Amino acid sequence: MIRLIDVSRRHGDHLAVDRVSLHVAAGEVLVLVGGSGSGKTTTCKMINRLIEPSSGRIIVAGQDIATLPAHGLRRRIGYVFQRLGLFPHMSVAQNIGVTPRLLGWSETRVKDRVRELLALVELDPELAESRPDALSGGQAQRVAVARALAAEPPVLLMDEPFGALDPLTRERLQQAFDRIRRALRLTVVLVTHDMGEAMMLGDRIAVIHAGRLLQVGTAKQLHDAPVEATVEELFAAPRRQASLVAAMLDRETP
Amino acid sequence: MNDLVARLPEMLAAHIGLSLAALAMGVVVAVPLGILVTRIPRLEGPVVGAASILQTIPSLALLAFMVPALAALGLNSIGVLPALLGLFLYSLLPVLRNTVTGLSGLDPAVLEAARGVGMTPRESLFQVELPLAMPVLIAGIRTAATWTVGTATLATPVGALSLGSYIFGGLQTRNYDAVLVGCVASAALALVLDGLIRSISAGLVRRSRRLTMLGVTGLLGLAAIGATPALHALLTREEAPITIGAKTFSESYILAHVLAGQVTRATGRKARTLESLGSMVIFDALERGDIDAYVDYSGTLWSMVLARGEPRPDRATLLAEVERGLVAHGVQIVAALGFENTYVLAMRREHAERLSVRRVSEMAAHASTLRFGCDVELLQRPEWPVLTATYGLRFADLRSMDPSLMYDAIQADQVDVIAALSTDGRIASFDLVALEDDRGAIPPYDAVILVGERLRREQPDAVEALRNLAGRIDTATMQELNRRVDQDGQSPPTVAASLLNRSP
Repeated sequence: MIRLIDVSRRHGDHLAVDRVSLHVAAGEVLVLVGGSGSGKTTTCKMINRLIEPSSGRIIVAGQDIATLPAHGLRRRIGYVFQRLGLFPHMSVAQNIGVTPRLLGWSETRVKDRVRELLALVELDPELAESRPDALSGGQAQRVAVARALAAEPPVLLMDEPFGALDPLTRERLQQAFDRIRRALRLTVVLVTHDMGEAMMLGDRIAVIHAGRLLQVGTAKQLHDAPVEATVEELFAAPRRQASLVAAMLDRETP
Repeated sequence: MNDLVARLPEMLAAHIGLSLAALAMGVVVAVPLGILVTRIPRLEGPVVGAASILQTIPSLALLAFMVPALAALGLNSIGVLPALLGLFLYSLLPVLRNTVTGLSGLDPAVLEAARGVGMTPRESLFQVELPLAMPVLIAGIRTAATWTVGTATLATPVGALSLGSYIFGGLQTRNYDAVLVGCVASAALALVLDGLIRSISAGLVRRSRRLTMLGVTGLLGLAAIGATPALHALLTREEAPITIGAKTFSESYILAHVLAGQVTRATGRKARTLESLGSMVIFDALERGDIDAYVDYSGTLWSMVLARGEPRPDRATLLAEVERGLVAHGVQIVAALGFENTYVLAMRREHAERLSVRRVSEMAAHASTLRFGCDVELLQRPEWPVLTATYGLRFADLRSMDPSLMYDAIQADQVDVIAALSTDGRIASFDLVALEDDRGAIPPYDAVILVGERLRREQPDAVEALRNLAGRIDTATMQELNRRVDQDGQSPPTVAASLLNRSP
């Protein structure tokens, strides 16, 4: 569904993304993990041309995206931004309906779709006329997902979508996301630096470091046969943390 | 006071029309310009810089500069057009700056989201950026609105009717009621306009259709009031009234009403006055047909219009040469009123007696210890260097000020010598001595009625009526008329009417 072929992105002398090739199958969730500045967000944004590649090709649904008008491409790809970017002057319903309206859907069709999406992301329909600034962090996040899915895109890009949420809300949203993507059979590229999240949500994981793709595979494959120390450490970190927590709790029991 | 209030609707309508039109033009130009420079960042510096420079030009100078600028382009340089252009330029900066600030201060996450959901640049601009920048943008329009309404009072000297006519006329004739009416009306208008725009803004932000409609309806109402004079003129198609010009001092106001009254009495046709025009503006206005007649002085015409220098011929030759020179401008002198209004150097009587000074040459010996006060024009005029050179005048201090303040200044011993005008009633009533110009340095300034081409062609009977004013006003009479306005607080129309009521 999505194919990156030797894609690079250069900022002056610095290669933010260095000859990355990837394939995401239809209905698959691929998680891009890596540290800050590793190039994972840049890679994600190149898929809907928010950032243009310096070289290489990207194919989405069989078409080289460089040959399509950028805004047309973006209307067919949902995007959930790290900082959400809900439009503060529009109501929740208007935010969700924005891409369908750009595509010229009829008002009744947009209205029906908004109602459907509020239900899908488990939001109270009463919130439809609220402004984004009246929403809690979790509600705003659900609106952002609903907006990304509004025009029924086959592909969804998510840039650290749950990063800013408290742990409980994050977990609820992660579960909701897992349910939705299976129900809609979405092809998803999700960017995160949280290995736990990557393992829970991803069918496969791609580890990016200093602009280069180190390894792609299922969590188990990466864990069992890491090609580099960086990959090994990434997988070790959550387990080390978990055992530390367990040890502390043990000490405190009388 | 009733006099004043009677003209208020006319002045207010003109003022509203002028300010709203200038503001609308400013918004229509500055908003797209602001959008453009946020799309092409290298334009921002030059464009905003140019608008800032325009803003630093003193508003009176900017408006006055429009007159020669338009004349050089062969456009109508007197009246509404220069005022409108000046105000328009003045309104650009606040709107432009706030458009740029509003658009460039937006959250980058929201802008990226606009692209991300598939908006084209145009869709992003109209659906996201402009709505979000709207409050800041409207704040800029409010600033421009208050500035424009206030500055529009300065449209009077370039010949556009506005509330400034009250202020300029009132200051010259010491009619502070008039000044007050002008200021209060313009301040009130500024507040109303600001309130209406604020109501639209609040309505948009709070999504209150009622507030928005209130603001819009109010604005449309104002626009309708502002458009009335133009519509009225268009619909009635009445014969354009005869227009008499006046410069910015009492004598000129009085004489304008004398001329207007004389025409109306003799022909039964309406004549109106256009007041507070600048010295050069008024002649251009006559030449272009924006006014039909006014009173000027032979010496002024010699130097300012014919641009002739020194030495000057005697009175009769000078007048004859001026008359000949004006033909090329299509302007004719139809009558000399019978008095001369020239600069005289005057001192307090006790001061002059103490120094035993009766002539300018005697005063010149003391000049280095004396402070000199004059109107704002004299120091720029060609006769000033002639006067100082002839007598070797070197004053301790030179101050130019408003003529009406000059007399207070000499009375209060803040200046010692003033350049008074010979017809000023205050020379006598302030007990000043006019020093004799014993070396004949000050040229003759006979008051003459100038008439433009259109009036001579279309209304010869009106010209004939003006001709009949020849010799009707001698120096003593003019001094008396001036005194009644400057000191007794009578209005120029009243004083003019009383003169015309006397049998010739």
